[in-house]
Amino acid sequence: MLDISAWFNDLLAGNLIFTPTTLGYYWEGLVTTTQLVFLSLIAGLILAVPLAIMRSSKRKWISLPVYFYTYVFRGTPLLIQLYIIYYGVVFIDGIQETFLWPVLREAFYPALIAFTLNTAAYTTEIFRGAIKATSKGEIEAARAYGMSQSLMMRRIILPSAFRRALPAYGNEVIFMLHASAIASVVTLMDLTGAARFVYARFYAPFDAFLFVAAIYLCLTFAILYFFRFLEKKLLAHLRPQNT
Amino acid sequence: MKKLLTVSVLGLAIAAASSAHARDYDHVRIGVDVPYEPMEYRTAEGELTGFDIDLGNALCERIGVTCEWVEQEWDGIIPGLMSRNYDAIMSSMTINDERRQQVLFSDPYITMPSAWFAPSSLDISEANEETLEGKTIGVQRGTLQDNYVTDNFSNVASISRYSTADDMVLDMEAQRLDIVFLDFPIGQSTLLESEEAEYVVVGERISEPKEYFGDGFGIAFRQRDEALAEKFNEALAELQEDGTYDEIFTRYFGEE
Repeated sequence: MLDISAWFNDLLAGNLIFTPTTLGYYWEGLVTTTQLVFLSLIAGLILAVPLAIMRSSKRKWISLPVYFYTYVFRGTPLLIQLYIIYYGVVFIDGIQETFLWPVLREAFYPALIAFTLNTAAYTTEIFRGAIKATSKGEIEAARAYGMSQSLMMRRIILPSAFRRALPAYGNEVIFMLHASAIASVVTLMDLTGAARFVYARFYAPFDAFLFVAAIYLCLTFAILYFFRFLEKKLLAHLRPQNT
Repeated sequence: MKKLLTVSVLGLAIAAASSAHARDYDHVRIGVDVPYEPMEYRTAEGELTGFDIDLGNALCERIGVTCEWVEQEWDGIIPGLMSRNYDAIMSSMTINDERRQQVLFSDPYITMPSAWFAPSSLDISEANEETLEGKTIGVQRGTLQDNYVTDNFSNVASISRYSTADDMVLDMEAQRLDIVFLDFPIGQSTLLESEEAEYVVVGERISEPKEYFGDGFGIAFRQRDEALAEKFNEALAELQEDGTYDEIFTRYFGEE
């Protein structure tokens, strides 16, 4: 262990910018970015499934509120949403005395809320499109078997919709990773925050930002390959058979 | 020997080129990070004002150049000078050795200490490793206050870094921060005179050690613009001589 750290120090010797301290900041940033993106995607996904079902309902009073929500969150920049949630909540009188404050006080949770609501809006629309694209024949067949609406949703519509939505959803995940770069405006030390810190401290924009760009690139490729793998598995039945 | 000669000839050529270049300035763009009350801020009417602005305009008038203020966020202000977005920085920038390697400073035009500001409810009389343990400290990203706090307190406290002093004051009022570390006059005009809550200065005003707090505020230029810096230095000396400087000082800081 000692050898490794000595080797590491040797490697970084004479280098002003990539010291163990600044690499520590980058590591901290990587952890924060990963947590933020992963958690908001999970929460967004959980929200998006029922919302997409509501959104594709024929009853106006069910679908309209969801339409309004996705319209607002897809129609405004994420940065503005983050500002409103982070700086806006403090203007609610007495918020500091409520049970919500310990959560809203930390920059992490307002950011997580903003990211979740944003990705949920996009994911809802992706899923809605996939649900609408279910072929009429499948639905007719399900009806002919006497399936109820909910059973049909569970067994026929949703599984095939998820598969169809996969490529578009993979894109959304990558967009979310890139959009998370704004977290540093609310003091979070995410990857971009770490780069901005190093940039401001050492006046070295190229080193600081190129390094962090490389990390984002690696993350993007990891996501890309994960979705390729999923598509290969789940959409295997759609590929031409080469026998 | 020959090599030495080549180098010195080259050096002379560069010096000649740069002084010829410096003579061209009749329009000087000055980078400034707004808002930073009372040093540089906008009035309710949107007019740019403050100590740096008034002094800068007076200097330009004395030199006989037209000046244009270019707004730039603090954390990119030195790179902005390097990439020629403007020709000088006059934005409460403290002169220190780290920055001297990047830019050429004028003579210091004002000296300002830094200070800790906290709500009176925090109830500590001095800021040190024990009293700051577990606290959240606010600083402006990339400032010498950031460097000082990062190097001295990052293992006991958590540090929140802001792009502007305004955002930081907002979060102080929102009770997201326990304590902030700021240039004294900025904290005085934004926090001590706040109507929202009661804030106090914690401990003494701080201007030591020099490696962090440097030698007062200076105007920064690109290294090669020596002639331009010289003009500003001369004008500064003249303004201090004829009382214009004192008048501007009193306008923002009162009699002190």
